[in-house]
Amino acid sequence: MSTVVEFEKVVAVAGSFPVLTGLDLRVDQGEIVLLRGENGAGKTSFLRTCAGLIAVNSGDACVLGFDMGVDRRAPRRYIGLLGHENHLYRDLWVREHVEFRAAAAGAAESDTDAALEKVGVPEQLWTVPIGSLSAGQRRKVAIASLVVGRPRLWLLDEPHATLDMKSRENLDLILGEASASGATIIFASHERPPTNGLASRVITMGGGRVLEDSGAS
Amino acid sequence: MLAETLLVARKDLRVEWRAKVALGQVTPLALLILVVFAFALDANTSLLKLGAGGLYWVAVLYGGTLLIQRSFDVETDDGNMDAFRMSAIGAPSLFLGKALALFVQIGLLELVLGLGIAFFYEVRIVDWALLLVAAAAGTVAFSVCGVLWGVMSAGLRVRATLLPLLLVPVLAPVLLAGSRAFETALGVRADAGWTWASLMFVIAAVHTAIGLGAFGFLLEEG
Repeated sequence: MSTVVEFEKVVAVAGSFPVLTGLDLRVDQGEIVLLRGENGAGKTSFLRTCAGLIAVNSGDACVLGFDMGVDRRAPRRYIGLLGHENHLYRDLWVREHVEFRAAAAGAAESDTDAALEKVGVPEQLWTVPIGSLSAGQRRKVAIASLVVGRPRLWLLDEPHATLDMKSRENLDLILGEASASGATIIFASHERPPTNGLASRVITMGGGRVLEDSGAS
Repeated sequence: MLAETLLVARKDLRVEWRAKVALGQVTPLALLILVVFAFALDANTSLLKLGAGGLYWVAVLYGGTLLIQRSFDVETDDGNMDAFRMSAIGAPSLFLGKALALFVQIGLLELVLGLGIAFFYEVRIVDWALLLVAAAAGTVAFSVCGVLWGVMSAGLRVRATLLPLLLVPVLAPVLLAGSRAFETALGVRADAGWTWASLMFVIAAVHTAIGLGAFGFLLEEG
């Protein structure tokens, strides 16, 4: 198994606030890692640092083999990020949006329909403006936009939020399939119970560092 | 790079086509400015003919600024800026794609405003070639300057008021050159209209070069 994320004593500052304070963490290919912790523990900041959206101030950070201290933009084309927000163009139709995300990720636009079906967006909604969808439906479109890009590293912040029970189970299946095909998944969640054993490893964060790691030897 | 540029431009134009902000709000507002100028100048046709070039470009500046603002509002809405940064599309293509979409939108706005000044101000065009070249040069300059300054203000809370504040001084030379070129094209002034049009192309070229080189950095730090 190759290492996908390797952080050693990583310090990251957002604005003037230290969000990661000497984080040590290693995640291998194919793992499904659940990040837990109180609000402000550093979960979102860790995900954003992995995505290169927050610069590393000190320490060594390597994502998908790219040194984040040298070029934090380099691994982005292989990463799918779903934040608290859905990253959707509300005026576009559902299918148009996912087609654009597919093309932007270098995937075939023809994969769009399969991705929408996979996440359970009904066909009658494909030609509806995203702005008119419910919160849960918008979340599904956001997930379809990730699925279509086939990322090697999935960074998901509260991915189950606003989804109904059936859709949550479906998302877990999708993440399981992605992991089985070699993708690595790191997701933050406050869900109870914690996602039906989806995660192969649970990491508890606090104060911008790892407090507990179920995968630690 | 061309395919990526067209992809971004197509997306922006599709968003605009669906939202109809340019068509339904910006264009009527810009036309209204032409009408308000006519009222302000007491519907004095000879005075309006003299100032038509300048009034036209002021209306373009106002409407264009709104379109530029809108172009980056859709990127900041719902956290899209993160997706924009995470995109596999290269920064130069993002810059050119957004500029191309703005070029089309501002160009259409100018077309409507052109009909507006012809109708309201009763202008007579003596040099069509100069008019069209100056309009094209001005549109390119507005588009590339707009994307460059739009991305700088995109991440800020005060962007709604900051963008015009940043953009108007930068576009003032374009406004001046466009007004002079149009005055020549409309037969109001026997001046070096082509020189003014060339100046607009130079401004556009300089900002395009800066944009191609710096857009990635500005996007990252914005």
